[in-house]
Amino acid sequence: MGVILEQFPLYVQGFLQTLRICVFAAIGSLVLGTLLAGFRVSPLAPLRAVGSGWVTVFRNTPLAVVLFAVAFGLPEVGVNGSYFWFGVTGLTMYTSAFVCEAVRSGINSVAPGQAEAARAVGLTFSQTLSLVVLPQALRTVVPPLGSVIIAMIKNSAIVGAFGVGGDLYSVGLQLTSAQGYAAVGVLTGVLLGYLVLTIPAGIALAAIERRTALAR
Amino acid sequence: MSDTTPMVRMVGVDKHFGDLHVLRDINLEVAAGQVVVVLGPSGSGKSTLCRTINRLEPVDNGLIEVDGKALPAEGKQLAGLRADVGMVFQSFNLFAHKTILENVTLAPIKVRKVGKAEAQRRALELLERVGIADQRDKYPAQLSGGQQQRAAIARALAMRPKVMLFDEPTSALDPEMVQEVLDVMTALAADGMTMLVITHEMGFARRAAHRVVFMSDGEIVEDSTPDAFFSNPTSGRAKDFLGKILTH
Repeated sequence: MGVILEQFPLYVQGFLQTLRICVFAAIGSLVLGTLLAGFRVSPLAPLRAVGSGWVTVFRNTPLAVVLFAVAFGLPEVGVNGSYFWFGVTGLTMYTSAFVCEAVRSGINSVAPGQAEAARAVGLTFSQTLSLVVLPQALRTVVPPLGSVIIAMIKNSAIVGAFGVGGDLYSVGLQLTSAQGYAAVGVLTGVLLGYLVLTIPAGIALAAIERRTALAR
Repeated sequence: MSDTTPMVRMVGVDKHFGDLHVLRDINLEVAAGQVVVVLGPSGSGKSTLCRTINRLEPVDNGLIEVDGKALPAEGKQLAGLRADVGMVFQSFNLFAHKTILENVTLAPIKVRKVGKAEAQRRALELLERVGIADQRDKYPAQLSGGQQQRAAIARALAMRPKVMLFDEPTSALDPEMVQEVLDVMTALAADGMTMLVITHEMGFARRAAHRVVFMSDGEIVEDSTPDAFFSNPTSGRAKDFLGKILTH
């Protein structure tokens, strides 16, 4: 276990890289996923088709394949960028499909009379969604959304392995194969790094859940 | 627009739910300032009729006009029309995550673009009028059914609607709370509001209505004054209906 102390600065760097990937991908996938959920319940059929098409593609494709498609596909159409941003983009696209379905289940849990009353007083579809339905959906959405985000944090290891590098998973790889440390000690450090991300994420979500429950 | 333009006009309206023909060739005009009560057995299409007027239910065929303007299709224009048509639901449907005051001010601020202070001032006036100004900071679930329904009426009135639709406003209330809601509605009728009221409250129909429309099996079977309808119904279906509700 001495490796954790010996290589502590490297672990911290890996942790920070994983954190960067996760923060950007979490913000991106929450925004995109919520927008897609809005598409899926829209009165406009083309938007509904976009929403369900997106979910079908990205929920059913392995993350590694999505990442390859982004990294090799985007330059083909003239979009160039760093592997870091390709990785974040791929993880965001993939995770947004799961966020979309969690948010949509929350939307469906709000009594239909709420949206009806909102439409009856003259609110538009997007106002109805953002002012009346989504705030009430939040409470039921938080637990499944928490699972999605925690899964995303762990999936960031695939992003790191795929070529972004420098994240917790890559640090583990480097220490075991390049520097020859024993695997169990190295991986314990990697695991602790992920736990420092996922456990507080779970605690924060539980706190949000309590807050939203009290709000009504 | 001349003064004779009806506030609500339905011409040849048809609607199906699957195989069920819920509205059959509905022709109905409601003049400005008129109070029309729609009666009929359950499943006769009363609620559906009410909900087609602000297009919460789209229709298969026919024309619906509010204040001389045909109902637009889905979108911003439809939202604009709905803002002019107040609706009160059987189950209140107050926004559960907002206080009573916020329920009343939300649409004026977001749809009419009224300033917050002005919207609150007007909301308090309306809450005063329906007798629940002291409940303004509570959430809907903390109020009794009668109070919630009065708040819902205030919410609809805050948009200064041209016509108010009431879809069985007292059917979900405990008996002791029915009267407080009917009192608010009677006062509103006396103030000259155009109203279409689906209800089973025969006392309200007799007292406040200018016209009674009787529906059965998706059709308008009778359309007359309350006196004529209650004392001298012409159709067998209306006689049968009145026999059932007036004898117990």
